[in-house]
Parts: sequence; structure tokens; C-alpha cells
Amino acid sequence: MEHQTCFHCGDYCDKNVLVFDEKSFCCNGCKTVYEIFSENDLTCYYDFQSSPGAIPKDIEGKYDFLLQENIIEKLTEFNDGKTQITTLYIPHIHCSSCIWILENLNKLNKNISSSQVNFGKKTVRIIYNAEYYSLKEVVLLLSSIGYEPYISLEDFKAGKKYIDRTLIYKLGIAGFAFGNVMFLSFPEYFEVGEFWLEQYKPLFRWLMFFFSLPVVFYAAQDYFISAYKGLRAKLLNIDVPIALGLIALFVRSTVDILFDLGSGFFDSLTGLVFFLLIGKFFQLKTYSFLSFERDYKSYFPIAITKIFKGKETPIQVYDIKKGDRLLIRNEELIPVDGILINGNAQIDYSFVTGESETVSKQSGDKIFSGGKQTSGVIEMEAINSVEQSYLTQLWSNDVFSKNKEDGFTTVTNSVSKNFTIYVLSIAFLATSFWLYFDSTKALNVFTSILIIACPCALALSAPFTFGNLLRIFGKLKFYVKNASVIEQLATINTIIFDKTGTITSNKKSTATYEGLHLTDTEETLLKNTLRGSNHPLSRSLYTILKEQNIITLDHFEEHLGKGIEASYNNNNIKIGSASFVGHTQEQSVLNTSVHISSNSIYKGKFTFYNSYRKGVSKLFNTLKKHYDLVILSGDNEGELENLKKLLPAKTKLLFNQKPEDKLEYIKYHQSEGAKVLMVGDGLNDAGALAQSNVGIALSENVNVFSPACDAILDATKINILPKFIKASKSAITIIKWSFVLSFMYNCIGLYFAVTGQLLPVVAAILMPLSSISVVAFTTMATNYLGKKLK
Amino acid sequence: MSVIYILLSISIIVAVVFFIAFIIAVKNGQYDDSYTPSIRMLFEDELVKDKTKPSNTKKIN
Repeated sequence: MEHQTCFHCGDYCDKNVLVFDEKSFCCNGCKTVYEIFSENDLTCYYDFQSSPGAIPKDIEGKYDFLLQENIIEKLTEFNDGKTQITTLYIPHIHCSSCIWILENLNKLNKNISSSQVNFGKKTVRIIYNAEYYSLKEVVLLLSSIGYEPYISLEDFKAGKKYIDRTLIYKLGIAGFAFGNVMFLSFPEYFEVGEFWLEQYKPLFRWLMFFFSLPVVFYAAQDYFISAYKGLRAKLLNIDVPIALGLIALFVRSTVDILFDLGSGFFDSLTGLVFFLLIGKFFQLKTYSFLSFERDYKSYFPIAITKIFKGKETPIQVYDIKKGDRLLIRNEELIPVDGILINGNAQIDYSFVTGESETVSKQSGDKIFSGGKQTSGVIEMEAINSVEQSYLTQLWSNDVFSKNKEDGFTTVTNSVSKNFTIYVLSIAFLATSFWLYFDSTKALNVFTSILIIACPCALALSAPFTFGNLLRIFGKLKFYVKNASVIEQLATINTIIFDKTGTITSNKKSTATYEGLHLTDTEETLLKNTLRGSNHPLSRSLYTILKEQNIITLDHFEEHLGKGIEASYNNNNIKIGSASFVGHTQEQSVLNTSVHISSNSIYKGKFTFYNSYRKGVSKLFNTLKKHYDLVILSGDNEGELENLKKLLPAKTKLLFNQKPEDKLEYIKYHQSEGAKVLMVGDGLNDAGALAQSNVGIALSENVNVFSPACDAILDATKINILPKFIKASKSAITIIKWSFVLSFMYNCIGLYFAVTGQLLPVVAAILMPLSSISVVAFTTMATNYLGKKLK
Repeated sequence: MSVIYILLSISIIVAVVFFIAFIIAVKNGQYDDSYTPSIRMLFEDELVKDKTKPSNTKKIN
């Protein structure tokens, strides 16, 4: 049979194709969404992009906490009892159809007055009438059309989010002043001595002076602050010569017009600040839809159900106290450490450990926060508050409050240190020379040198090189937090990989069978039994086994946490754990297995193996030439032999590493001089990612959450990781060459300055010329680098 | 030639007005999301089509 794809979500309709309105759907959920849209004349949704939708999930009871006043208060930005405004984060927003349907929510329910999407941030801002509608109903409506919002503990922050727009203001002011000053100073460049010009010269000059005031005192203030901080820490950073140049420019120009000595350098002054701010702006490429600062708060739910005197009430997770009895539903995250009271606990700790295998717990067992319940409802008793739980305590480690950029000398700053010393010595030498020969010119020469040596081009080369490279990397699905990460990446000598989820893919998709031969009827029965089960292992095994006829089972029963039992034509089959199928002999504890018995006779087992990402072996062989390679895994040693075969012999393999162990391991090697690149994926790597020099989070789907890190890499692109590192190294070379270029301009300028003949017009030509040629050079060179990456 | 004072003040006032308009635009968040409006602009036609479709079918009936 040919595969049909779902009209709504685009998935293959592998089992039951539902046909409605001459369109095929993969499940009832998708069909329902289509029905909702067609009833409301919203089928335009499918015109912008084919199959844009998502399968709506079952969410009964999940959002009951949204009826609580204090939670509504935190989630709405405006609330007067009648109108409420809320902004919700919806991970599924990905195409123009999404924008269209979400902005037409008012057609689905008349109580929603308007809704507005921010595509970059993947949020929708909804205004609705709170008298007839509630936040919970809004969320349920969104979920019913496949746009389930993601509400996490992070949203529970008090206060509005502050958006920093100061750089845009500063850029606007500098640009405005630069344009006007250029305009006013233009006549003086060429027509010296003209009658009317002489007449109005003071007016023009004072106007320029006033335009430059906000530039010096507001737009350029960061440079003065940074230079001051640098000097206090006894560092000659790049902002020191810039601040010196700015002060020299402003004071000299003011003195010039006060005593009618010349027109001053206001054009160069405003232009310099404008160019510098453009460089800053260019470097500030942010991926608003990604967050590099996530901690456990973005994984945790905002509220949980508490059982108190036999009644279920939702409570905020921060309010959980020791001894509270909590109800955890299927697919809900356990927010605190506790003791299981009753229910069948199958806990998926993949958030914490990266290990996708579920762990079963008996009542009375201790369960840790961060796990996700995967089968049915459980009750637990909290033994800690949220902040004191095992998982959340990892975030109290010092590494999370440390700023990685501190203590790292950038290539620009290391050059600027010598640069400042040279410039100052030239300035003093030339001044003393002129003091001896012609003392009237001495001060003129001193300021001219500081002005012309102001390292505008030098300061621009790094922002433009890294800024452009950030964009190129972003197009190749390697999202880097900021420019300094690229610089750090170039210095790496050790690469540490996490195993599960990083070099293996998240799905376990290979399995081998050991045991007695299965007859045809048994195989048919096995496949059909698995078909009815939703357990992750059943699903994987189902896809591995070859196609069989579809039969209707006489009997089917799923024993949660144990296995499945089914029968057909008097043939009985049991699939599941060793004890469930009646197999009591030796047990391999290291690998995940599914055991099978037919008619109460033990047949054998399927053992699952991690499937490694394609090209992992090649990747390691490429990397081994230049870097020390280590694998730090939280798992047991079950995969040791497999890994040894796959990876170069030099690779260090360490197993059973707890999150703190990983962090300490990196810390230890850093103290021995290693520059560590950590590649990981789960929350268990969060400490290691923060401690390493560069932490890259690998993600199968960049829209889903990844822990705090310096860069996010799409999992499909892991094979070109060596190329990214190489490109970062080339970027440093490009910057060094552009330094050479800007030094050449400086030499020309210094000639004019030292000989005491620097005219404002020369400065006004040299300064933009050097900046523009440096920007052109770095942009072309990085674009060439980017072409080589593809 | 004192007309230059008038001209200068006019040109500066115009420049300052535009500058203030820019600051207000930034403050209102117009530059926060520069992508969605470019797509939203294209939807207006689709909405009109949506409304006319049912009316057309009514005429046929």
C-alpha cells in the first residue's frame, strides 16, 4: 500500500487512514482540528503551507491550575476583571499558516477580541473578555487546534520582562548627530575664506558643538565606563585608546571653536561613535526564539495537584511543603523529591540523566525530582521543597553564577594593550620634539596623534568578523550565543562528549534476538500484539519487526510496568520483563531487553542497543588528530565494547558519571591547562556545559528545550563540528590581517599628525575610509569562509 | 542673507521632529519584532477572499 500523508500534520498515515471531506488524516485529533477549521471558514490555514498542523494532545485536567487567581495574575500582563491580556509561548509556531490561524482566533471564539503573533519569539499575545472566558479556556482552545502553549515555572517570575533598547537609542542619536554635523561642516571643507561663510562660521560651529553633546555624554558613555573599569583593573583594553581619542577630539574641537582656531573635529567625533555603535549592533545577533540561559525552571511545571483531606487542589510548586501529598498524572514532571505512596510508577529520567529507559518504582521507594511519570496516575509524598531537591541543588553550584567571559583576554584586547603603549609613547616623543623646536605646535600635535590613532578600524574588525560568522553559523543550524564563544572555540584542545542523546540518537532503534526460533504464527502474533501497545519499547520493536498480516486478537491485556499478554486461536503470548514471562535464570542487567514466552514456554529476548548517529566514527577519527577526546556517560558500561570498536583507541571512556562528577572532571582538567569543549544534551550535562570553556547543547529539535549553554547545534549537523572549529580559527586569522590593514591607515594618519598638519578634512576622510575598508575586508573574508563550510 | 537663520531653524526642527518620531517608534516596541508584520501584511487579501467566497455561492443558489 502506498503511504499517504496526513492533510493536517503531514505525518505518514501508517495504520488507520481516516478520510473526511476527501482528505486523509492520520488520527482523530488531526481530523477534529480540520473539522473545527472548516466549520469556521478557516481552511485558508492549509493554503499557505501544506500540512502545517500538529496533532493535538490529550490534556484533560492538565490545566486546572489556570483557574487559580494568583497564577492568572502572574501569567497576564493586564487584568481589570473584564479584559485580560496574556502572552503565551507556543513552540509549534513555525510557518505563515501558524501566524494566520493564531491571529484569527477571534473567529473561533467571539470572546477573544484579538491576538497577535511574534514569530521570532514564538509567542502569541491574546486579548480576551474575562467575564465570559478564562485563561484556562484560552489554553484549551489553543490545545484543541494543535497549538498547545508551553507554560513552565519560568513564566512565574514576578514583574514584566524588560526589553533593553538602549543600543538602538544610542545608535539613533549618534546617527542623527553625525548626519547633521556632516551637513554643517561640509561648507568649510572646501570654500575657505568665502565671505558669507566667514560671516556665519561661529553659528555653524556652535550648532555642531551642541549636536555632539548628546553623542559624547550619552551615546559614547559605555566606552568611557569600560575604559575606566579596565584601568582600575590595570588592563589596557581596546576602550582605553578609544576613550582617549574621544576626549581628545571633544576637548580639542571645543577649544578650537572657542578661540576661533579652526572648525574642530565634530564630524569625525560623531562619525566615530556612530561607526563603533554600528559594530556593536552588528555583533549583537540574537536568536530570540532560542534561550541560552535555561535552568530547571523552564522544564518544571508551574503547578501540581495536591491532595488535601481527600480533595484535589492545584497548588503552585514553590508552595509545596515537606509532607504534602501530591498527585502526578501521566506525562507530568515530578517537581520535588518524595516517596511513592501508591500507583504504578514508570519514571523517565531522560531530562536528568539523558538515559531514555524508564525506571519502575514500588510504593515506599524514593523518587527524585526531574523524572517524568509515564504510566498512569501516582501519588507521592514530598520530602523536600523544590529548592532543596536533588536536581535543583545542582544549580546552587558556583559555576552557574560565574561569567565565562571574565578572565578571557580577547584577541582585540591583547593587541590593544601594546597599541596603547606605542601610541602614547609616539605622542609624548613627538610633543617633546615640537616643544623644543616650535612650542606653539606641541599641543596641537599631541591631540592630533590621539585623534588619528583612535583605533576605530581596530575596534570594528572583531565585531564584524564574528558578527558575520554568527550569521553564517546560524544558517547552518549552529546557533552561537555571542561573539566571544567563537573566539573561545578557536582555542579548544580537548573535546568531551556525552553519550546518550549526543553521539547516540534518542530512539533505540536496533535490537537483536537471542533464543529459540520463532514460528510464523508466533511472529504474526508478536507483531499484532505489539501493535496495540503504546509503550516506547513496544513501539520501537514494532517498527523493527517485518510486516505481518493484521489479525484481530481474541484477548489482549496490558499489565502496566510488566508487559503485555495476548492470545489468538488458542496461542498465548507474553511479552515483557523477564519475571513477567516466567524467565528466572541469569539476567543481563546492563542492556535493555524484552522477553517473550509463547504458551508458557520461554522463547528468548530482544536486546536493544543504542543506535549511534551516522558518521560518529568518522567524526571522531577527524577530531583525534588535533584534540583529546573523552566520553563522559551517565550510563552503565553496557555499551563499552560497542564504543571501543567504533571510536579511535585513544578516546577515553568514562561511565557512571553523575552530573557533579562531569563538572569536577572538567574543572580538574582545566586546572591542568585544558581548554574544554563539552558537547551534551540533557539537564544532567548542565553543570558540565557551564563549567567548560565552550558548552554546546546538541538538539534534535532546536525549538525544544536545551539546557543553559554557549551554543546550540542541530543534531543532524554534528558531523561538521570540526569544520565549525576550523572556521573559528580562520576567523582569528582574518581579524589579525584586518589589524594589519588598520595599522597601515594609522601610519598614514600618524604622518600628518606628527608633522603637525592634521586638518579636520583629512581626519574626516581617513577615519571612515579605514573603517569601511576593514569592514569590507572582514565581510568578504568571512563570506568566503562560509562558502567553504557548505 | 539673514534668511539663513530661518532656513537653518526649519531644517533643524524638521530633523528633530523625525528624530523624536524615531525615538517614539522604538519606545512603542515597533522594532522589537521586525519579521511578523512582513508576513501579516500579506494576509489581508486572503481574508477578503474568505469573506467573498460564501457570498458568491449564495448568489448561485
